Amino acid sequence: MELEPVIGLEIHAQLLTSTKIFCGCSTTFGAPPNTHVCPVCLGLPGALPVLNRRVVELAVRASLALGCDVQPVSLFARKNYFYPDLPKGYQISQYDQPLATDGRLQYESEGRQVDVRIIRVHLEEDAGKSLHEGFAGSGRATHLDFNRSGVPLIEIVTHPDLRSSAAAADFFSRLRTMFRALGVNDGNMEEGSLRCDANVSVRPAGAERLGVKVEVKNINSFRYLQHALDYEYERQTGVLRAGGAITQETRLWDVAGGRTLPMRSKEEAHDYRYFPEPDLPPLEVSAEWVAAIAESLPELPEARKQRLVSEFGIAERDAAWLAQSADATSYFEAAARAAGNAKAACNWIMGPVGRYLNEHGVEIGDLRVGPERLAELVALVEEGTISTSAGRSVFERMAQSGASARSVVESEGLAQIDDTDLLGAAVREVVDGNPDAVASYRGGKTGTLGFLVGQVMRRTGGKANPRTARAMLLDILGGGH
Amino acid sequence: MAPGAWTATGIRAAVAAGDLSAREVCARCLDRIAAVDGRLHAFTTVLEDAALARAEEVDAHRGAWRDRPLLGVPVAVKDIICTRGAPTTAGSRILAGYRPPYDATVVTRLLDAGAVIVGKTNCDEFAMGSSTEHSAYGPTRNPWAPDRIPGGSSGGAAAAVAAALAPVSIATDTGGSIRQPAAFCGVVGLKPTYGRVSRYGLLAFASSLDQIGPLTRTVEDAAAVLQVLAGPDPRDATTAEEPAPAMADLLPGNVGGTRIGVPRAALAAGVDAEVLDAFNAALALLAERGAEVCDVDLPHMQYAVPVYYLVAPAEASSNLARYDGVRYGHRAALHDAAAGVPEMYARTRSEGFGAEVKRRIMLGTYALSAGYYDAYYVHAQRVRSLIRSDYDAAFAGVDAIAMPTTPTPAFRIGERIDDPLAMYLGDVFTVSSNLTGLPAISLPAGLTRARLPLGFQLIGRPFDEATLLRIGDVLERDAPWRDERPPVSA
Repeated sequence: MELEPVIGLEIHAQLLTSTKIFCGCSTTFGAPPNTHVCPVCLGLPGALPVLNRRVVELAVRASLALGCDVQPVSLFARKNYFYPDLPKGYQISQYDQPLATDGRLQYESEGRQVDVRIIRVHLEEDAGKSLHEGFAGSGRATHLDFNRSGVPLIEIVTHPDLRSSAAAADFFSRLRTMFRALGVNDGNMEEGSLRCDANVSVRPAGAERLGVKVEVKNINSFRYLQHALDYEYERQTGVLRAGGAITQETRLWDVAGGRTLPMRSKEEAHDYRYFPEPDLPPLEVSAEWVAAIAESLPELPEARKQRLVSEFGIAERDAAWLAQSADATSYFEAAARAAGNAKAACNWIMGPVGRYLNEHGVEIGDLRVGPERLAELVALVEEGTISTSAGRSVFERMAQSGASARSVVESEGLAQIDDTDLLGAAVREVVDGNPDAVASYRGGKTGTLGFLVGQVMRRTGGKANPRTARAMLLDILGGGH
Repeated sequence: MAPGAWTATGIRAAVAAGDLSAREVCARCLDRIAAVDGRLHAFTTVLEDAALARAEEVDAHRGAWRDRPLLGVPVAVKDIICTRGAPTTAGSRILAGYRPPYDATVVTRLLDAGAVIVGKTNCDEFAMGSSTEHSAYGPTRNPWAPDRIPGGSSGGAAAAVAAALAPVSIATDTGGSIRQPAAFCGVVGLKPTYGRVSRYGLLAFASSLDQIGPLTRTVEDAAAVLQVLAGPDPRDATTAEEPAPAMADLLPGNVGGTRIGVPRAALAAGVDAEVLDAFNAALALLAERGAEVCDVDLPHMQYAVPVYYLVAPAEASSNLARYDGVRYGHRAALHDAAAGVPEMYARTRSEGFGAEVKRRIMLGTYALSAGYYDAYYVHAQRVRSLIRSDYDAAFAGVDAIAMPTTPTPAFRIGERIDDPLAMYLGDVFTVSSNLTGLPAISLPAGLTRARLPLGFQLIGRPFDEATLLRIGDVLERDAPWRDERPPVSA
């Protein structure tokens, strides 16, 4: 019996505001402990929350991008629990009336179309941070930093629509790309501004009923998400195959051990005693406000991808890669227009340019070869002035020196030999020196032609224009194929 | 000016005119507190030095500040409202020694108006109580009868005004905590409409019910202080945009053509005969001055006390979670090194909170718990909106609704301390205006034969404190008991 994983995600994303959700304190990361605090975010007696309008704006942006319905009225609620870094003894969140509901994100993962329904997007405040090391007295005492307390978050909850760890990691990664493009989240997972919990269960492939779910917390990278889900799948299928039963529980991803560890059982689960937050009036978001925010949305990766495919006729996979970043998209568009050849420009960006960026850790916006310069290079290759392989090394030089394609070609003497007189000797030598290949070609094995062209290239040190060489060979061999 | 005649408006006029210095006023106030408060215990903290320094500051700015509405007026602040750098305990051991780093919005507004804060007044712990016996710092005595409670939770505030220790107290009302002690001490107590006055800096008991208001000797003073306190506050999202009413136009009031509704059915049982007599006498006086008195029906009022004792503790259980010993206030000493954080919480809160607070935290936690939430909290909120509908319907035909503030006069210290239910039932006439958010005022309504004060309560339409003050002014001006004073002498 084949068992399939059933996965749903809960993602917390910090909104890119300069001030906190309920007070005017700064959200800047990395300040000395307890320097970005006030009576409100410290939960001092008598202090009251006041909602930051910018938070709502960014959350609505994210919700619209996820195709959610933004609710005209949503409610804040208190989630009550005791923890030293939770200053009020409750977290202000949203519960039964969240900001936005019923969205979806569609994408391709591992060659398959994935359709993930979003249950809800809601607003909440972050808690402070417990520091267990790095202070005088650490080991005996825990220190608390409330700089993060009250930092605005959205939580995105999906339906359990994911069926593989790769698809889940792709979802998380797409969400990150989208949020960065929208300017709602900086995508910085190391600083904790994007975090993910996963709900995972297994069941016989195709079954209707869901298995018992386990929640895995503390996942802060795409890779860890995939590892954690793979680990859980193996663990749960192992338990079931051995005749055991899965217990509903919360587990913690242990980065060092590469495994999940039990954190608390269902019996130990908190009763958060949610109730409507009396200090904040219902959040009303007018249709006009939503419309104005929708108007201001930049083109999102999915829409961008569709446009690149239809406008430039490039492959979906390439378009998807380009569309992930606004910079890559505009670089491509400029290069394609200047070169007058979108497919060639795309191949160059997906190939040599992409490799160079990866190897050197450079962002496409910082590349010394601008899109017009790349277009010039593409044209030189297309018109046969230089070979494709020479073009690659020309690109490397351009990227390092900032020179134009033409000047690199000239200074390096890389222009192809197009002259039939100059090529004639080499072609003749190849035909004379490879009688077997010639015979084989004439006998009908036309594939041999490539070998002979290669030999001409070799004799000319790669400078021969392969198209010219091929035409000349065909002339001699009497092909006309 | 004799201390007994001291009013905020009188002091302001004298200071502005230069007839009295703010320092003189403050010093007399402090002298009287020193002489009398040993017996009453209205104050938990007297801010002698700070008050005198502040009075001198007022005097130094007398020219520029001439138009300020509370120039040089001594004000006592309930110890549940934050005063920067000055102790703010909420009557609780858990906040012993706590000094907030900021002023409540109302304190800032009082200071901007030229007031001098003379001290912090005693109250039931976190305003949970009707007698001020639940203060961790000991009970306050009623200036009219020292063996009786002054009411609560703002017992210190009411006693201070009644005994002329200060002309004005600022206090909070969650279920009657301003009006009931005002009635028991024979002073004016106003609970404004919910959202009228900022709660920023008020140590929350029940956030959807809490409201700050004044206790004063006269209706005119209540109007003057309300004007200073009222108005939207960017730090409190529940304040209304409604601008503060211009009270100057209201007084002297008249009640010609004013319709006053009385929920007779609700007064049929459980109300002390002397209370009813005083209530009817006040109504008769108003009718004589031209008011139309008629019956109104408030069919759900009988559920107000049970609804209140679900909603208020539920909110309190959450509001008081922050007192955990981690960041401020009392923290239990743990002798067992192996004891963890949960142990610290439990010990801190066990030691820091009194019995009544614990009782309500447990009630509230229970009412919000999974499996009980719908049956208790949600249900209570539904009945709460039925109660509000009753009032809305009644206000279609009347301008104000009158009822006694309390069913009895002040009871004896210790009389109800072991009977929480009896204590809670005493709130029958006050809690519904908190549940509905409507403004309400308690006005002196004479004395019992044993010379214990009684209160006459008026409830108004949302943001219509003006009508309450207008009626109150008429009652006060023409009442035969207007010159009665408690037997407290320096």
